Amino acid sequence: MNPANEKLFELLKQVGGYIYPNEIEVHWGILVVVYPYLTGLVAGAFILASLVKVFNIKEVQAVYRLSLLTALAFLLIAPLPLLLHLGHPERSFEIFLNPNFTSAMAMFGFVYAWYLMVVLLLEIWFTYRKDIIVWAQQEKPPMKWIHKVISLFSTDISDEASAFDRKVVKGITIIGIPSAVLLHGYVGFIFGSIKANPWWSSVLMPIVFLFSATVSGIALVIILYMVITPFRGEPIDMKCLDKMASFLFFAVIIDFSLELLDFIHRLYQSEESIKILSEMVMSKLYISLVIIQVILGMLIPLAIIVAIKLFRFDEELRKLLYFLSVILIQLGIFATRWNVVIGGQMFSKSFRGLTAYKMELTGIEGLLMTLILLIMPLVILAILIKIFPPWEKPKGSMLGEGTA
Amino acid sequence: MERRTFVQKLLALALPGGVFGLFLKKSTVQAAPYEAAKHYYGMGIQIDKCIGCGRCVEACKEENDVPREPFYFRTWVERYTIKKDGEVTVQNIDPRIESGLEAASERQVLRSFFVPKLCNQCDHPPCVQVCPVGATFKTTDGVVLVDEKRCIGCRYCIQACPYGARYLNPKTETADKCTFCYHRITKGLLPACVEVCPTQARIFGDVRSSASPLTRFKRMNKLHVLKPSLNTEPKVSYSNLDGEVR
Ligand code: SF4
Ligand code: SF4
Repeated sequence: MNPANEKLFELLKQVGGYIYPNEIEVHWGILVVVYPYLTGLVAGAFILASLVKVFNIKEVQAVYRLSLLTALAFLLIAPLPLLLHLGHPERSFEIFLNPNFTSAMAMFGFVYAWYLMVVLLLEIWFTYRKDIIVWAQQEKPPMKWIHKVISLFSTDISDEASAFDRKVVKGITIIGIPSAVLLHGYVGFIFGSIKANPWWSSVLMPIVFLFSATVSGIALVIILYMVITPFRGEPIDMKCLDKMASFLFFAVIIDFSLELLDFIHRLYQSEESIKILSEMVMSKLYISLVIIQVILGMLIPLAIIVAIKLFRFDEELRKLLYFLSVILIQLGIFATRWNVVIGGQMFSKSFRGLTAYKMELTGIEGLLMTLILLIMPLVILAILIKIFPPWEKPKGSMLGEGTA
Repeated sequence: MERRTFVQKLLALALPGGVFGLFLKKSTVQAAPYEAAKHYYGMGIQIDKCIGCGRCVEACKEENDVPREPFYFRTWVERYTIKKDGEVTVQNIDPRIESGLEAASERQVLRSFFVPKLCNQCDHPPCVQVCPVGATFKTTDGVVLVDEKRCIGCRYCIQACPYGARYLNPKTETADKCTFCYHRITKGLLPACVEVCPTQARIFGDVRSSASPLTRFKRMNKLHVLKPSLNTEPKVSYSNLDGEVR
């Protein structure tokens, strides 16, 4: 007997109640949890960058470029878990060649390409164009060449040219916000549109996804900022941190309210599926939903941020508390994705039983792979930061402030 | 092997979405004796006749090369036991794991019956709607099929089917499910499960024909389909279906 089957036989013993016989296999495993988690971070980081740009928020300028690079690094890896979970990854190009227009998943290629090419790459290029040209002039090879190529051999660093750059960036940002909303709202739609599954099927799904994405993106940028800045030997700008934490606070409140609304709505409507769903929440999802997602991932961080706002703690304590809450929030959002994806497959569509899921350690659908996929974007980000330093200004350049 | 290639030919014939399929269809339609447009298939299931022998399940696995493990089924039979206190127990009748079936004492049982299940060949199939590459498609004669050469194994269709009718075939790594034995019916034969059923609990035929056994079944019985609220419009209908069946 092959090991995959052995595993299913093992799971068969853990089934409670009746499930349709084909339902023993959990078809979307940890990789499909990672996918919306990563895209959420992309959308969230980008939304933060856009808020800064569109509303011209002075305090947070320091992380504008970092947010853009973070979005790019995570976007580059985001399709990987999807690709890996396919039975036939070698046929994945079919999604581009023969898309079925009624399928939410088929739109993936287009939404992704649009977002990567039209929005992120363009915005980053125009944001950095002038700096790159100046860097290329000052540096020695090989960096000189890298920057030359990336600047696409443009050389115009006149004031008119940078005014034009700024205009373009503004324009892209304005297209960018709906695009980010589309990117992640669409991921929510993949689940929300499945009427066969009462745990997923909800109009609120794309909106909940969007706000949880915003939460996770802002939290990630805060983590990165707090970790990287001391390494650069710079002080953490508390004004910037406080402001980001405020954004985060409002995003968490909206996210929490939406999920609460969804919960109350389900409970009140009390449809056919309510019994099995409550059973699932109280057993299979108790730790990941009640404890991690709601208590650790939302309520405690909210309480911490409220406390910071109410009592004037000193800087060191504030930093510590912020850091603690963003880590908890990050954990909570990962649990949110888990609860959606895995939770949606823990009950039978006969509403008569619960299935089981056991994550492997190794293998494509395993824990190790998951960790690799979560670390890879950070490695890419490190490289991007090397090529596009988000903080340093070219030496002796006269264009310092405006483009930041 | 021969059957395989035949099925493939039929798939090419019936591919509605692909330009290639259309092209093929035009050039071969006169030559082929079978005309898909003249048929529209459905199935009727008489709950009262099913004795839960599971021969249809066996026949299906044999005919369609379905993996033998007890979690890959194109068709399966459920046993419902409803006790006087209202408790409902459902079990999958599988000859190989018979030992798992517990019998309730006769005194406690209010009613008990068997329900054969299979893909409903929905007229409004959510599985077709979600397939990103059009590998799952509806044929002109109303059967929902999976093109195993095109399926990328994303399993979206498995999530979208409300009836648990699909599985991922471990041999091909592609989605798989009941085809109404498409390779047989297009030759004028009955699906294997229908042919083998000793009590004729399963009735196969053309939904449009005025004289088929299916039409007679539909005339003589009060019918119901599974999960009608989802608007999938199943083409498998049941007579005397109990409200507990989902
Ligand atoms: S029963 Fe399931 S697999 Fe069959 S056509 Fe309907 S949705 Fe598709
Ligand atoms: S598993 Fe295959 S048939 Fe099913 S939706 Fe994906 S590509 Fe289509």
